[in-house]
Amino acid sequence: MKKKIVAMLLAGGQGSRLGALTSNMAKPAVPYGGKYRIIDFPLSNCVNSDIDTVGVLTQYRPLALNSYIGTGQHWDLDRLNGGVFVLPPYVTGSDGQWYSGTANAIYQNREFVDQYQPDYVLILSGDHIYKMNYSEMLRYHIRKEAAATIAVLPVPLEEAHRFGIMSTDAHGRITKFSEKPKHPESNNASMGIYIFNWPVLKAYMERDDRDPASEHDFGKNIIPAMLGADVPMYAYPFEGYWKDVGTVQSLWEANMDLLSEPPKIELNDPAWRIYSRNPVLPPHYVGLDAHITRSLVTEGGIVEGGVDHSVLFAGVQIGKGAEVTDSVVFPGAVIGENARVHKAIIGENARIGSGAVVGGPLREGEVVDNSLTGDITLVGNDICICNGAYLPCGTVATGACSEGGDEQ
Amino acid sequence: MISNAFGLIYTGEINPRLRDLTLSRAVAAVPFGGRYRCIDFILSNMVNTGVTCVGLITQKNYHSLMDHLGAGKEWDLRRKREGLFILPPFMTKENTGLYRGSVDAFRSCMGYVRRCTQQYVILTGSHTIFNTTFDEMYEQHVHTGADITILYNEENDFDPDEQNDDLRLLMDGTGRITEMELNPYRPRTNCRSCDVMIMDRLLLEYLVEEAFSRGEYEFTRDVLLKKCSSLKIYGCRYDGYVARLDSAANYFRHNMALLDPAVRADLFNPAHPVYTKVKDELSTRYGADASVKNAILADGCDIQGAVEDSVLFRGVTVGRGSTVKNSIIMQGVTIGDGCSLDHVVLDKGVTIRDGRTLIGYDSFPIILKKNTTV
Repeated sequence: MKKKIVAMLLAGGQGSRLGALTSNMAKPAVPYGGKYRIIDFPLSNCVNSDIDTVGVLTQYRPLALNSYIGTGQHWDLDRLNGGVFVLPPYVTGSDGQWYSGTANAIYQNREFVDQYQPDYVLILSGDHIYKMNYSEMLRYHIRKEAAATIAVLPVPLEEAHRFGIMSTDAHGRITKFSEKPKHPESNNASMGIYIFNWPVLKAYMERDDRDPASEHDFGKNIIPAMLGADVPMYAYPFEGYWKDVGTVQSLWEANMDLLSEPPKIELNDPAWRIYSRNPVLPPHYVGLDAHITRSLVTEGGIVEGGVDHSVLFAGVQIGKGAEVTDSVVFPGAVIGENARVHKAIIGENARIGSGAVVGGPLREGEVVDNSLTGDITLVGNDICICNGAYLPCGTVATGACSEGGDEQ
Repeated sequence: MISNAFGLIYTGEINPRLRDLTLSRAVAAVPFGGRYRCIDFILSNMVNTGVTCVGLITQKNYHSLMDHLGAGKEWDLRRKREGLFILPPFMTKENTGLYRGSVDAFRSCMGYVRRCTQQYVILTGSHTIFNTTFDEMYEQHVHTGADITILYNEENDFDPDEQNDDLRLLMDGTGRITEMELNPYRPRTNCRSCDVMIMDRLLLEYLVEEAFSRGEYEFTRDVLLKKCSSLKIYGCRYDGYVARLDSAANYFRHNMALLDPAVRADLFNPAHPVYTKVKDELSTRYGADASVKNAILADGCDIQGAVEDSVLFRGVTVGRGSTVKNSIIMQGVTIGDGCSLDHVVLDKGVTIRDGRTLIGYDSFPIILKKNTTV
């Protein structure tokens, strides 16, 4: 059945800068905001923008993501025609290969897209937090008679060197694209969201596929090639909250953004709901000696201690006398009695022993490898921290622990 | 897991003692425990027992019930084969549309009963809340060769003023029921029916047709009580927590009981999850001056004030400087700034303007009906 537009969601990213959090799942499956996983945002944006056909391209550790998406019913994407499809790399005869780049991933799935004979294809990535109406972007694309449209966001000029930067003429047509330029000419950063006319994209992908020197990447190869051939490409300006959550620091910040007054991104928006798979759990319970301030708490939680300026996910337990501050506690984690957790991300089903300190100040002469984490302490998924253990700030706990020791 | 039984839930109970809570809805649709409706528990019990074919008889005010259940997707009862069947009243030549009682209701859904392929039927009401599976009861039923097995628990609280559908079972040493009392003035036993029974499908068909031919219409009063000695009826004891929503005071008491960890562990046993409709709300947000002690809160609330010993449903707003104590606040209630509430039950969508004070009492909580503004 013909569709006007098909969305392709690149969800193969390993997210290696998230360290222990992505040891057993791909980046789009990382939890965010108390109830969500990162992939809920592009999926919900699609549904809310009336895009009902979404291919999700997976590659790295797809199990968590596959079982999370299921039939797509939680996003209302179990449709008669269309719906959500998980597309892993596959083998044909003796051929077959991993996805070697973002464009290659789409190219390998061209037959999937062709089934729907779409006029347009929307390319998304699974590592950003934002609310965006893609159908408005499509209307812009059609109005401009563009062959490709790239969503752009104004960023501070001093940070522009970290992004793909677009220069445009007065009509919004892209005149120049530079990937991570040293001396940026503008502050319009690419958000990694593209709409292409499908026949045009297919032609460029075919040409690119034959080029052995190419990295098969949208930003590095396809867009520059189109620009070189003078294909009409336009920049679609986006305003609003947009956050890359690729690092421990930015994931922590993105969660903290929900706690500011008012929150930097409003998720309690009936007109633009973010859907997610719901755990079947009772409402959370707050104990007699608990005190919770400036925080988000969700279903299945049992809070007996103190929580300030933190985000607690489903089924989190905070023991009596424990103090959790400026932290993000992932689903199913248990914080023991009298434990102290400060400025930390606690992985799924991790256990913090009673009296343990997570994120304490560095003791004299102590050296911690905090290249991934900065001053945020990270406890990996399913890790158990012993009673009375001491983890100085910036530690990444990924192994079994010894009594009172600093384990790595 | 039982594969040889189907479920039949009767939601036609009428209970004026629930006051304004059932003004616009069936008892089955009364909100309970922060994010549930009464019906979720019995329906989840069925699903957790492995019953995949469930008929639900509706009578009056069933719109909110149907809105809640939809196609049964959240209970995993939207199936190609079997699943959830909602059986509303209808009118034909021999059917008057309105049921006088449960016998009329069962008779009008005999088409559904005959179509089911399972041998046994699990017949339940809808206002009794507990969390279990029916496996043990089923095994006992088959083992004893009983005609009917009724689930009961030992209920020690008795208040003649709150009595409603109170079926007492007197049993001999083997568990066989020798005598039954309906709404007794002075109960001779504390064994009280949980409103769940299991029997052969053909027996149900026979009993219903027979009662109907005599012009009788209440299954408990006209069939069970009269057939007590001619049929082999056994009791099956249940020891878990049982909440009967049969009066406003009990509704209040059982909601508050959820603040007890033992009751929570029993009713929200992780081995038997309780399914309900999903609303996709954000987590509950606590403000800088929030103070919450001993309370249950569902998602989507915004707490800026103080909450103590209370149950809050989804999407409740508590303004700055407000105090909510010993109260049950249902979905979407807005409480302004500087309010003081004690022993109140606020139904869905109630608005309390800034600075209002409402104080009820244990045995007579103030109940405000849906969408009231104070």
